[in-house]
Amino acid sequence: MHPLTMTPAINIQSVHKRFGSVNALNGVSLTINGGEFFGLLGPNGAGKSTLINIIAGLTRADEGDVAVLGHHVVRNYRQSRRCIGVVPQELVYDPFFTVREALRIQAGYFGLGRGNDPWIDELLDALMLGDKRDTNMRALSGGMKRRVLIAQALVHKPEVVVLDEPTAGVDVELRQSLWAFVKRLHRDGHTIVLTTHYLEEAEALCDRIAILNHGEVIALDTTQGLLERGIGRTLRVCVTTAAPVTGLTGKYAAKIVRQAGNRLDLQLERRSDSVVDMLDAVRQCGATIIDLSTEEADLEDVFVELTRRKKA
Amino acid sequence: MNWRGMQTLFRKELLRFYKVGLQTLAAPVMTTLLYLLVFAQALQERVQVFTGVDYASFLLAGLIMMSITQNAFANSSSSLIQSKITGNIVFILLTPLSHFEFFLAFVAAAVVRGLAVGLGVYLAAVLLVPLPIHNPGWLVLFAVLNSAALGTVGVIAGIWAEKFDQLAGFQNFIIIPLSFLSGVFYSIHALPDFWQRASHLNPFFYMIDGFRYGFFGASDIDPLISLAVVVSVFATLVTLTLLMLRSGYKLRN
Repeated sequence: MHPLTMTPAINIQSVHKRFGSVNALNGVSLTINGGEFFGLLGPNGAGKSTLINIIAGLTRADEGDVAVLGHHVVRNYRQSRRCIGVVPQELVYDPFFTVREALRIQAGYFGLGRGNDPWIDELLDALMLGDKRDTNMRALSGGMKRRVLIAQALVHKPEVVVLDEPTAGVDVELRQSLWAFVKRLHRDGHTIVLTTHYLEEAEALCDRIAILNHGEVIALDTTQGLLERGIGRTLRVCVTTAAPVTGLTGKYAAKIVRQAGNRLDLQLERRSDSVVDMLDAVRQCGATIIDLSTEEADLEDVFVELTRRKKA
Repeated sequence: MNWRGMQTLFRKELLRFYKVGLQTLAAPVMTTLLYLLVFAQALQERVQVFTGVDYASFLLAGLIMMSITQNAFANSSSSLIQSKITGNIVFILLTPLSHFEFFLAFVAAAVVRGLAVGLGVYLAAVLLVPLPIHNPGWLVLFAVLNSAALGTVGVIAGIWAEKFDQLAGFQNFIIIPLSFLSGVFYSIHALPDFWQRASHLNPFFYMIDGFRYGFFGASDIDPLISLAVVVSVFATLVTLTLLMLRSGYKLRN
């Protein structure tokens, strides 16, 4: 919760949005607390960007309500937009202006004058754009333009920062530096909402994650909670070729997901299946174990499993 | 009101056309002077206008207004369509600017560009063609009202158009024909009866005729009628544009 008012950073209630015959959002409800690092995941077309656009006031919901720090995004749009900074997914820029002009103009829209210049300079330095402040936007590389977009989103010191796939198509070095910068924002007390296709990114950064699919929230949990959702882990056992596994029966046989030569992959439930019992069962078949490894489920497995269940 | 926000958007729009001044200011002045040279030479002896008014002077007054209106339209429409197509319109839509502030800033910048081009044409042409000023207040009133009206039409077109082709269609099939058929190059009294009546349905006719009155103290119709028509057209356009902006039509969907 927001430290002063206990008001959620973002409160989304029963939001519906249709585009023609496409149901982009179908009754989405979410509460994002102040100070959270929140991930919004989902396959292409799940409705993530539509939801972000509604929060930012770029699109209007057909039904439902959204508030940023208690300010309704339509009825109190001035206050809600002052509280939120949005980094758009597309690499957009105004080719008429230099980096500093673009940032001053953006600050001006929020009613901020030259008194905001020290903050602009601080942002430029933090985003390693200090030597580009008088460079025209057209002359910047893609990575630099991406960083200017982040600076533009922060120019009015919003409490809530929304990053719509900020690392899509950027190289590893830039991605690492953006992660570091966003972590710093979070440490400084900003609420961060991140949409991403990179699941390891969400796993590494987010406290809590919502997974959207076909315009609905199909999972909402802490990152750890999602990872522990019964997806389990894979036990890989190698046995001697002289004694392959042939006699597993009953519940143990049902655990086999792959068997090739002397290698056996078994899917174990995290809470109910014991590795030791499984290995005993393999030994009782007469096989001699020469190697084993376990592989924990990651967010990608959870994501695939949840979206697969929804389809089914 | 978010005064500073609106002022920033206005200044940004001014900077946008100032930075490409050769294209947005110098080029239209040059084009208009060429119209003046060619048409004044070709039609000087053939077209009857107001008694005691030289055709070149009559033409220049019309051309000044045509350049004002066309450039006011071009400013707001091109800025909006470029911002929409490149996507940088989000920088404005994400801010606490109201639809009214958005409208005022775009139209005010369009007025400045229209007046700058019109003044440029006037200053360059009066060296060649005498142009008396009968009522300067009337001239300024019509120049501001007409550029604001066309700046507003530019906002409508810029919001409506989804690609440059559609905007070009709006300009080439609506704005330019209405401008050319408004009496820029002739007095409507020289037209057959049917075309005189048709001209009265063209709002651009009242814009130009009323503006000319400010120069010559003479016009095709009562200048107060022109003023009433222009004010009514402008009020209708403003209402329509504000409704479009408030609904988020083609901007917030």
